[in-house]
Amino acid sequence: MSDVDGRSTTSAQPVDVLARAEAEVLEAGRGLGEGALREVLSLPDSRLPELLDLAHRVRLRWCGPEVEVEGIVSLKTGGCPEDCHFCSQSGLFPTPVRAAWLDIPGLVRAARQTAASGATEFCVVAAVRGPDERLLRQVRAGIEAIRADEVTRELNIACSLGMLTGEQVEELAAMGVHRYNHNLETARSHFSRVVTTHTWEERWSTLRMVRDAGMEVCCGGIIGMGETTEQRAEFASQLAELDPHEVPLNFLIPNPGTPFEHYPVVEGPEALRTVAAFRLALPRTMLRFAGGRELTFGDLGARQGMLGGINAIIVGNYLTNLGRPAGEDLDMLAELNMPIKALNSTL
Amino acid sequence: MDGTGYCGWCGRPDGACPDRAVCVRRRGTDPPRYCPSCARRMVVQVTPAGWSARCGRHGSLGVEADAPTPPVG
Repeated sequence: MSDVDGRSTTSAQPVDVLARAEAEVLEAGRGLGEGALREVLSLPDSRLPELLDLAHRVRLRWCGPEVEVEGIVSLKTGGCPEDCHFCSQSGLFPTPVRAAWLDIPGLVRAARQTAASGATEFCVVAAVRGPDERLLRQVRAGIEAIRADEVTRELNIACSLGMLTGEQVEELAAMGVHRYNHNLETARSHFSRVVTTHTWEERWSTLRMVRDAGMEVCCGGIIGMGETTEQRAEFASQLAELDPHEVPLNFLIPNPGTPFEHYPVVEGPEALRTVAAFRLALPRTMLRFAGGRELTFGDLGARQGMLGGINAIIVGNYLTNLGRPAGEDLDMLAELNMPIKALNSTL
Repeated sequence: MDGTGYCGWCGRPDGACPDRAVCVRRRGTDPPRYCPSCARRMVVQVTPAGWSARCGRHGSLGVEADAPTPPVG
């Protein structure tokens, strides 16, 4: 026998990790620990269908059949003072992305595009270390305009504006921001190889304040930034400790001009194994397909991911990269008989 | 603006992309970043259903929601 983390408790043959996951995650709703996640991430491709099937059943059991659909837009693009090595919006790297500022009518148009896709979530993002007064004024005016528009007024609004002070957290909550995104991006042990201008702990601090203010916490990261399999397991465990409402899973797009521009794209089977492992670490958490999935998975892989633990999706384009048309993802969900979470179920 | 002259993804003259396969791949994941008429970096805004780009000399390229993506140079 062995416990859920793979530690041997008797002299008997160790129980297969998926059998343990079936009992602990599927039946009891307890996420796998870091040791067991390492085993899952090391499973051979031949066991991938079995792993994905288990992850899908865990998702259905603990999250239900609905899929949450979200659109995102960049309110302030480029010129960021931080050095996140994956990001084409850092002002410290020679990327082709120029600074841009979306005006309020443009923000409402983006919200309308999101509403037209059937999404319930609209996330407003800015490439900043943290918001200044000008940005917060723009966010406030944008939220008021979205709420005043008959097409977009029902959308749930999330924000991603970097690191916050306690006062800014309270201000955003008072504006009606129901969820705040701030990604830890990668395992704590790998973070300093991805970002040097701030720390993992600073991000953690913002997330705790968001939680304390009563906003939903959205926190995920990017797979494929040179982390080891062990660090992926570590990252999933750290997210489980945080217990966010939502975890967006991105896959690295090696953007030109960034320090990671020559990193290889994560291969499909490895990415699917990662998706399933994160589901087994976070059985009750919303797990969202985010940026890079088109490049990593293609059409077939996206379906496999939706049948391998994912229960939320960003549709349409991303912040600086293009996604596939929202209609293609909605058609896929219809073919998979996966209902889209309705607005009235989130209010 | 005739839509030819420079690759929108690497900014090199048509036919001179250092790795054309990379530019072709980027066409699926990125809007053009360089003006196809003069290769200046453009100000690009991506939205959920489209993108728009503006060159300081040659004006706007594309319209949100139905922007035609130019060919790789």
